[in-house]
Amino acid sequence: MSDDELIWRIAGGSGDGIDSTSQNFAKALMRSGLDVFTHRHYPSRIRGGHTYVEIRAAGHEVQSRGDGYNFLLALGDSFARNPKEEAYYGNEEIKPLSENLDELREGGIIVYDEGLLGEEDVAELDLEERAEENDWHVFPLDLRSLAKEHGREVMRNTAGVGATAALLEMDLAHIEDLMEDAMSGDVLEANLDILHEAHDTVAEEYDFEHDLRVPTGEHDDEQALLSGSNAIAYGALDAGCRFIAGYPMTPWTDVFTIMSQNLPEIGGISEQVEDEIAAAALAVGASHAGAKAMSGSSGGGFALMSEPLGLAEMTETPIVLLESMRAGPSTGMPTKPEQGDLEFTLYTSQGDSSRVVFAPGNVEEAYEQTRLAFHIAYEYQIPSIIIYDQKLSGENTNVDVSFFDREPAPDLGSTLTEEELAEAAHDASGKFHRFQHEPDGDNHVSPRSLPGQQGGRYLATGNEHTPAGHISEDPDNRVFQMERRIQKLESIREELDDEHESNQTYFGDETADFGIITWGSSQGVVVEAVERLNEQGHAVKGIGVSDMMPFPESEMVEFIESVDQAMVVEMNATAQFRGLIQKELGRYGDKLTSLLKYNGNPFEPAEIVEGYELNVNGSDEEPSAQVRIEPAAGD
Amino acid sequence: MSAFNAIGEEREIDRDEFTPGLEPQPTWCPGCGDFGVLKALKQALPEIGKTPDEVLTVTGIGCSGKLNSYLETYGFHTIHGRSLPVARAAKLANDGLEVIAAGGDGDGYGIGGNHFMHTARENHDITYIVFNNEVFGLTKGQTSPTSPKGHKSKTTPHGNAKSPIRPLSLALTSGATYIARTAAVNPNQAKEIIKEAIEHDGFAHIDFLTQCPTWNKDARQYVPYVDVQESDDYDFDVHDRQEAQEMMFETENALHEGTVLTGRYFVDERPSYQEQKKELGEMPEEPLAERYFDDDYEWERSYDLLERHK
Ligand SMILES: Cc1ncc(C[n+]2csc(CCOP(=O)(O)OP(=O)(O)O)c2C)c(N)n1
Ligand code: SF4
Repeated sequence: MSDDELIWRIAGGSGDGIDSTSQNFAKALMRSGLDVFTHRHYPSRIRGGHTYVEIRAAGHEVQSRGDGYNFLLALGDSFARNPKEEAYYGNEEIKPLSENLDELREGGIIVYDEGLLGEEDVAELDLEERAEENDWHVFPLDLRSLAKEHGREVMRNTAGVGATAALLEMDLAHIEDLMEDAMSGDVLEANLDILHEAHDTVAEEYDFEHDLRVPTGEHDDEQALLSGSNAIAYGALDAGCRFIAGYPMTPWTDVFTIMSQNLPEIGGISEQVEDEIAAAALAVGASHAGAKAMSGSSGGGFALMSEPLGLAEMTETPIVLLESMRAGPSTGMPTKPEQGDLEFTLYTSQGDSSRVVFAPGNVEEAYEQTRLAFHIAYEYQIPSIIIYDQKLSGENTNVDVSFFDREPAPDLGSTLTEEELAEAAHDASGKFHRFQHEPDGDNHVSPRSLPGQQGGRYLATGNEHTPAGHISEDPDNRVFQMERRIQKLESIREELDDEHESNQTYFGDETADFGIITWGSSQGVVVEAVERLNEQGHAVKGIGVSDMMPFPESEMVEFIESVDQAMVVEMNATAQFRGLIQKELGRYGDKLTSLLKYNGNPFEPAEIVEGYELNVNGSDEEPSAQVRIEPAAGD
Repeated sequence: MSAFNAIGEEREIDRDEFTPGLEPQPTWCPGCGDFGVLKALKQALPEIGKTPDEVLTVTGIGCSGKLNSYLETYGFHTIHGRSLPVARAAKLANDGLEVIAAGGDGDGYGIGGNHFMHTARENHDITYIVFNNEVFGLTKGQTSPTSPKGHKSKTTPHGNAKSPIRPLSLALTSGATYIARTAAVNPNQAKEIIKEAIEHDGFAHIDFLTQCPTWNKDARQYVPYVDVQESDDYDFDVHDRQEAQEMMFETENALHEGTVLTGRYFVDERPSYQEQKKELGEMPEEPLAERYFDDDYEWERSYDLLERHK
């Protein structure tokens, strides 16, 4: 746990403006040259309920929320009260102090709003005693009065930021700039007043005995602060996606709204429709008519999409679907991450079905793999799915702006022009051989036409069909068509291996004989844990796997063969990814163990370090309550 | 280069262009009402001024869903109940296409009922033909949402306890802007109605009475039927919602009692969804697909959107 980092937690009630405040604060830290990573914890309710956002900032790369935190800004919860100071939203009490103290590191700082947390609230906590024990530095401030005096009570967030800046001896310039971007007029004036007032009050009234200061850092390139959802939406736009249909469901809604806000401006179409069956069916219809189209949902909504997904596959209509996981089954925990829909996503739909599934491991991979998903879908006329989760969806990290400086890829893939159609094979009746038994190329893809094109007429059908699309139960035709559809996956694997950089991310000590395997959004945490283990003198290497289907067989064999033992880290209770590895490779049951977490909170690096130690030392001790070790099959 | 040189091109259209050669032959039972819809469509389509390449027929699953297998247009035979969302999106992506959706009463009023309601509400500029034979045909005669009360089938051996759906009234209250009923036994009326429906800008719903001699033997063949526009007994204004509503109700009751009324029931000029989307700046003027073929098109880049993230 390095001390050269700030992990600032702002806690209070949902609806308290914690999101926007923290977003701005994170940006200010980024602008001052630091790398940042945000983590958002919120309950499934609109107002009230305990919520916090953590911002981790350091002069070096940060890929996870880290372990614990070292600065708490505990706001009370005015929205949870009515003007008569009575509980307003249900009878849930918001305890921004008590609920957050357990993870505060030694030497940490606490700022709490004594305007909202009365003496009696604080007295219950033995705060003084605990502070002494842990060397915490406590600053009670009447943020509410300060805000009221210079503006409105809701602005106490700003007061909290001013106090934070003073305590960390931070320059206010970036924060002021951001406020000027976001507001104007009286509101801006009031906020600036509050910011300075809080800053100066703290700076003048207190002696700072603590060591915590804002770390220093520098960026070579201009930075942008983006979430995984932003990156997916931007990847889609740059891939030429101009049609989206959806139905809101957390956490997929983030991408849906970002797309809806951008598409009309650039001549695209966004449709909020009656349900997820319709949403996926619209994506199919739009793509059939020649648009690059996407849809998506989260577990339950994705379940409804299984029939249109199969239709896309059978009619070889390219579409991209998003599966943004949250804890299931059923409605599960709407605002909590889990990696529990892997098997469901891989095998949704009846028959011998195939699709492409990518699981990006961080914000940059989310952008890149979304572009790739569109490329593969349109080139091979197959559904592509991006599987990610509530964690990647909402976490913000800084990315070099130049990373996004690339050409759009608005290519419809294997689609013919009218000129090409004139040369193509047709039936006696004039129907185009859209689904040829033996396509010209060797990638098993039969190029398509678009409705409206002269000479491209055919029937698309979810039934088995002949080259012109007529429904057919002819056994030979069935075998031809089925093999052609299934073999596309092999062609895709070949292309991914040959023409693209690997989607898998390797890290750690190459020579190590202990490996950690993970997938999707758990990657960043594992990267940090592996770094830490290597710093501590262990030899560990890791791989973050993104290709779920087609499976990167040779890369996985190589990785697993190169170690004596490997631990698979994932956020679910049934070791779904380990199961996939064993199914795809047909072996290694005795070589793989699992480290599983499924309590609704993402892994922290320390938990993975602990998992490693338990694996290696074979201790009888149970791992910490929220983590579970699953021994290798065959043990 | 344009993707669709053929769209909008003026030319004389041959009657037979919409009729396939020998293959495939319809698999419908002899006497099936579905032949009537096919015939009426083949007569109407050459008169709307579009070539088969400019027409997209989107069907659901059922005997009725086979319609586009026997028609020379671009076709999409989708999945049970989902023809409308597929058709809607195709029209949004390329409104140069003439989009016609079709399916059975089970397909459209049962499993796809939600889509029917919403497509009508949004007033998408497509034509929707529901083959109403009051049973599930393809799955062998089960009770459908339009089967009369008391109807006996293998799934309702004691008789159907449910009252049938009122498709015309449902279309009206949902927001459809052209609503008609016709019957397979008179391809001439059917042809005229189909033509009007296709030419209508907005959601045009045709409840098309089709007999199923195989599973609904006792059922009426929908003859003799009365054309409400031709008959002196009925006088109402198709542009007046109230009068149309009353006439629809009467028509639906009459069918339960064995009298077959057909004709146009409601015509409204409310702008189509596509028009409204364009007006709001939420839909481009040219088909989306054109852009992918246009080498000079300036594609917006996310790089230019990053300002707010810096
Ligand atoms: C999701 C789903 N459920 C059920 C079916 C089986 N199925 C096929 S057609 C049909 C009903 C057909 O009745 P209708 O829509 O009235 O059309 P018809 O055959 O009478 O023209 C059913 C239930 C299916 N294909 N898909
Ligand atoms: S089962 Fe009925 S609806 Fe189907 S083809 Fe035969 S007659 Fe027509």
